[in-house]
Formats: sequence, structure tokens, C-alpha cells
Amino acid sequence: MEKNIHHTAHHSEHTPAEEIAMRREMRDDVLRPIRHTSLLGKLWIATLLVVIGIGCYAYYIQLTNGLKVTSLRDYASWGLYISNFVFFVAISLVGALISSVLRLTNFEWHRPLTRVAEIIAVAGIMFAGLIIIIDMGRPERLLNIFIHGRIQSPIVWDVIVVSTYLVTSVLFLYFPLLPAIALCRDELTDKPKWQRWLYKVLALGWDGNEKQWKLMKKCVSILSVLVIPLAISIHTVTAWLFATTLRPGWDSTNFGPYFVAGAFQAGTACVIIAMFVFSRAYNLKKYLTDLHFDRMGKLLVFLCLVYAYFNVNEYLVPAFKMREAEANLLNDLFSGPFSKVYWPVQIFGMALPAILLLFRKMRRPLPITIIALFVVVGAWLKRYLIVTPIMLHPYLPIQNVPANWASYFPSWVEISIVSASLAGVLLIITLFSKLFPMISIWETMEGEGIDLEEMDNQNNK
Amino acid sequence: MGIQKNENKITMSNNENSSNGRRNFLKLGLLAGGSVVVGAGIVKAIGNKDTAETGEKVKVLTANGKLVEVDRGLVGHPAEIKITNLIAREGIEGRKFVMVIDLARCANARKCIEGCQKMHHKTPPVEWIKVKHMQDAETTAPYWMPQPCFHCDNPPCTKVCPVDATFKRQDGIVLIDNERCIGCRFCMAACPYNSRSFNWGDHWAVAKDSTSPSGAGCCESNPENGTPSKMGTVEKCDFCPDMARKGELPDCVTSCPNGTLFFGDANEDSVTNGEDTFRLSELIKKRAGYRYLEELGTEPRVYYLPPVNRNFPFEEDTEAHNTKE
Repeated sequence: MEKNIHHTAHHSEHTPAEEIAMRREMRDDVLRPIRHTSLLGKLWIATLLVVIGIGCYAYYIQLTNGLKVTSLRDYASWGLYISNFVFFVAISLVGALISSVLRLTNFEWHRPLTRVAEIIAVAGIMFAGLIIIIDMGRPERLLNIFIHGRIQSPIVWDVIVVSTYLVTSVLFLYFPLLPAIALCRDELTDKPKWQRWLYKVLALGWDGNEKQWKLMKKCVSILSVLVIPLAISIHTVTAWLFATTLRPGWDSTNFGPYFVAGAFQAGTACVIIAMFVFSRAYNLKKYLTDLHFDRMGKLLVFLCLVYAYFNVNEYLVPAFKMREAEANLLNDLFSGPFSKVYWPVQIFGMALPAILLLFRKMRRPLPITIIALFVVVGAWLKRYLIVTPIMLHPYLPIQNVPANWASYFPSWVEISIVSASLAGVLLIITLFSKLFPMISIWETMEGEGIDLEEMDNQNNK
Repeated sequence: MGIQKNENKITMSNNENSSNGRRNFLKLGLLAGGSVVVGAGIVKAIGNKDTAETGEKVKVLTANGKLVEVDRGLVGHPAEIKITNLIAREGIEGRKFVMVIDLARCANARKCIEGCQKMHHKTPPVEWIKVKHMQDAETTAPYWMPQPCFHCDNPPCTKVCPVDATFKRQDGIVLIDNERCIGCRFCMAACPYNSRSFNWGDHWAVAKDSTSPSGAGCCESNPENGTPSKMGTVEKCDFCPDMARKGELPDCVTSCPNGTLFFGDANEDSVTNGEDTFRLSELIKKRAGYRYLEELGTEPRVYYLPPVNRNFPFEEDTEAHNTKE
């Protein structure tokens, strides 16, 4: 695999002296955001912490009073927490797409994006696990899943694949990061003691010798293959949490691929936004270039079209038949109370982005970031549409219940907790970027035909 | 024997020593599948020194249908059966509980709901049995449809439970172990009939005067008498298995003024509403009984008799129910 990439990468046109200079320059560029944090950056972190603080308080309220502080009731028994869970699992798939699919298919431009994609994946999957615990009525009985777990339950499948994907994603983030951690260890000697200790421990004694490079690259190769089936599994199993039920709207054989397609679309839009923020805030335009935005735009067009294809299958095929149970739901989505969300989500979150991004000008950094924002917000709302309207359209009519049982709008507790979880994802990404370089030097330079392994070997001799 | 309301509450044995022995015997007997029924009484531990022979013989029916003759002095009472979690999970051997709902008799009196709520110390708006205003199409006749848990033979709810907190018993009943439930509510999402309720808070919709869980006087919690209102867990209609063990009908059945609900045992092929008793197979055949949404393949244990030749004309419900939480 490695050899393959090495051969396809164009050979360096630079002299050894130039190569060393380039490496030094890139080192300085990627270490700069770790050396200094701007006032804006500190404010950003403080804001996230406040949002998380409010969410923690809301969860304390929920723990002491029970789930009655949410708007969930016997009919809409799943709501915002579950749709947010699906969203987090969805965005976590992008790690596999960017770092693995594009890598194995030799799309060289993916190289500077791997770390951004992988940290989104890790943060997303971590909070997916957390939010599902928050949704539980008896979180203190979590261990029952291991004590009394039954393999026939899709929840147990989800626990298995989500935890496996989390471990794999962390390793997939960590192994290519080793040279960078060693760089931090060697260069950032003015940092606080705990941070220097962290670098020292995490670097695992990396000194760039031949054996280490070979081992690391081999591990990355194995993981990049392993992570693809895992990523597809986590979101397929998440889809099955719904598709294994008999409810009209979830009872669909299309759900697995429909979820996976939506996940790649949402995650790619997240990476575009992250690219924009990092390239501007950390001054990394040299590495996250207009070309990268352009290519990501083309990729997003493709993914929006694939997702649209699955949407046609998911909504229009049942709509052609209008079987009674599904008709109630579809009428509500197409022209009922949920249509106010459904059509904006489908148009601004999927159809328009696919059309607009066909134009080169729209794939420039700023316009594509705005479009990606629409895609992400649309993707988040789409998960809400996948969960809530279906719960409110059961086979038997909802009768003789209080008005708030027959409808659903999240309570302040749910909104605070979900906001905190979103802030948590952003905080993890932010803190990571304040500790480690957001661009992988060796992968990016390898794309330029400069092999850091060879350079290190010569240095070590 | 048929299930009847047990009017004669037999007094409990006052012999402390023998009751211990009997309890152990019963435990073993139940585990081995030798559970003894109800209305009849149970045999005390053979060989217990304190057991006095009276010389008077009585006939006793065992759960697996054997009629045995024993001395009256050996007969104890089932009130003392300690239903452990394991026993509650296995269910009553030899039984297949079933319900038949005659839609022609339902006038939306809602007494089944009230009876159920009283029995389980629940308050509105939580209804383990519901009465729905059904109308299949604009041009077809409306009717009232009482809807308990269907205790499906292919239950979608137990399949998805990650911790085996909800389970199917050998007597057909689907129960919930509220001491194990983690509150993920997957079973609620999986049930296509919305038969399940959740305890959204502490003492959620629980009657204020309630001091003990259902099954009067019971103090040990087990899935059979229910530990109602365990915050953060799921609950639902349980076909009153504690009543069935005593040979009594569920409260929804006895509360109905019109005899709409019939409860019984498919193995005995009989159902009763407390007044009328029918052969299950004949009733379903003669009255074209059906199961709701048969096409879902859940195989409910609740049959409906179509609302033909009705006892009451259909009247709209003018009263609003459960408007407050």
C-alpha cells in the first residue's frame, strides 16, 4: 500500500537543502497555533465552557427529577437526544471517508485534511456514546448491558460497533500523529510541565528511526482498511435501531444505505467548515488551499446527489403507493405541520447545495463554507425529522392523552443538554488543535514527494 | 376447572414450622414445574412431623391437570408462594393465557381502564388498557376498541431489549423486570401498538394513597406483582399474572359492566368474562374472531370479535379524558 502511494506521488523537484527548509517552515506553521492562543480563541473556549456548564446543570436537573423534565412522553418517547445521537454518529463517519477511502483510492489532495476529519470523527463518536447514556431512564444501570446483554438486541450491536469504532478512530488519529507529538516534545519546551509530560508520554519515545516509521505506516495502512467496514457498520446499525421496528416510516429496507449516504454528506460539510475555520484562525491557508475547497465541493456535490437518490427511494416510493399508515406520516411531512421543516431541509440542505456547488465560484472557500453550514444544519434537522414525526404517527390513533403527549417540542433541559453536547464536540476539536498540529506534516510532505522517513534516516546516520 | 373469582379466601396456615418447609417445597416444586393451582390449595411437605392427618380426603387439581386425592391436613394455601424473580420469569406451567374482546359489547364505559388503574395504583393519564375510537374508513361504522397489551407470541418488544428486562413467559405473558430495565425505551419504539408506558418521574401517575405495589399486601418486588412506578423504567399491561396464580380474573375483565373482556387459557380452550364462559376455538370460529394488524406478524394473544349485532348503538364520547398530565 505504502509503496503504491510512494510511486504514484510525484517525485520531489526540490534539492535536499530546499526540502529541509520546507520542512522547517511547515513545522513553524503548524506549531504556531499551539504556541500562542489569541484572545478570540480564549473567548471561544470560554463560551463553549459556559454552554457545557449550563448543559451539566440541566442534566443534574434531569437526573434528580427523571425524564419528566424533558418533553418526551409515552408517544414521542424518543426525541431530540436520539436524533442528536444519530447526527453525531453520522458526522463521525467522515473520518473513514477522508482518511481512508480517499487515501486508498489515491486522491492525493486528501493529505492535509486527514487530521481534521479524524478529530471530528473521534469527537463525534465520543459524544454519540455520551448522549445515548443521557437518554437512558436509568443511566446507573448501564452495566446491565454487559451483565445481562443479549446479542439479539440492535442496541447491543450498537454498543459493540460504536466502541470498536471509537477505539479504531482514536488509534487512526494517534498513530499518524506520533511524529508530530515528538516534534511538540522537542520544540515546545516552554510549555507547562503537564503539557511537556503529555507529549513525552504520548510520543512513545519516537525518534524517527527506520523501524518506527515502518511500524507506524504499517499500522496506519491496516487501520485505513479496517475503519471502512467499521464506519459503515456503525451507521448501518444505527439505522437498524429504527428499521428493525414495525413503525411506518422506519420499517424500511432502505434505511442502512440511506443513513450511510446522509452521514458522508453531513460529515464532508463539517470538514469543509472546519477547514475554513482552521485555515483562517490558524493561518494555514498555505496547506488548506483553494484547491482543497474546490475538491471538497465536488465531493459534496457527489454525496448530495447520492443522498438525494436515497431520499427519493425513502419518500417518493412509499408516496407513490400511499398505504394508509405511511400516508398519514407522508402527508404530514409533505403538507402538514412538519412540512415547514421538511421542505427547507430537503431544498437548502441537499438539493440547492448540489446545484450551487456545480459552479466553480461557489466552491471558493467562503461561499462553500456558507453552503456547508446549510448542509450541516439541514442534516441535524433531518435526523429530527427521521425520529419525531414517526413516533407521532403510530398505527393506532393517539387519543385521550393530554395535549403535550400528542405533540413534541424539546424542553429547555433537552435543548441545553444537546447544545452542551454540540459545544463539547467543538471543545474537543478546539483543545486538540491547541495541543497538536492540525496538519499532518509527513503526510502532506509525502504528497509533495518529500519523504520524511528518508530524511530522518539520513539524519539518524 | 376454568378460572373463577376466588371468593373463599382460605385462611393462612398458622403453623410456622410447616410453613417454612412448605415454602421450600413449593420453591422446588415450582422450579421443577410442579406448581400447584389455585382455588384448590397445595400439598404440604410430605413427611413434615407437625402435619396432622385428619383422615378426611379432599380432591386437588395440580397445574398440569392431574386430579389427586390428599388428606385435608396436607392442604396448604397458595397465598404464601414466594414468587422469586426466576419463577416470575418462567411463568405458570401448562398455561397459555389469552384474551378475547367482544367489540359488539363495548360501550366505552371506560370501567376497564378505571379497574386497571385502581388495581395497579395508577392514575390518569396513564392507561395500561386503553379504549380507542376506531373507524377504519370514512364510509365504515365507528366502534370502540379496548386495547390492552397484546402479549404477542412474536413480541417485537422483547426482541429489542438489550438486557432481557422484558421477556416472554411460557404461559404467554410478556412482563417487565423493573429492577433490571435501563430505560432505553427501545421496546416502546418497537411496539407497533404503543402498549407501553414510561415512568417519566418518581411516582409518575401513581395514586397518592398507594402504599403497596399491586397484589395487595405483597412486599417482595418481582416482575409478577410489578414494582410499579420505578422511575425511569417501562411498564405496561401485565395480564395480572399475580391474579391468575390465585385463579382470579384481571381487574379490567371484572370491572367491565358489559362483559366485553374475556380472559382464559388457550390450553383449556376456554375464556370467561366472569359470567359467561365460552370455548375459545368455537367463539372465534362462530364470531369470526381476528387479531389486530395480523399482517405485522406479531401473533397477538388478544382476539377481537367484530362489532356486529351490537348490544349498544355507537355513541360519540362527549367527555374529554386525560386532559391533564
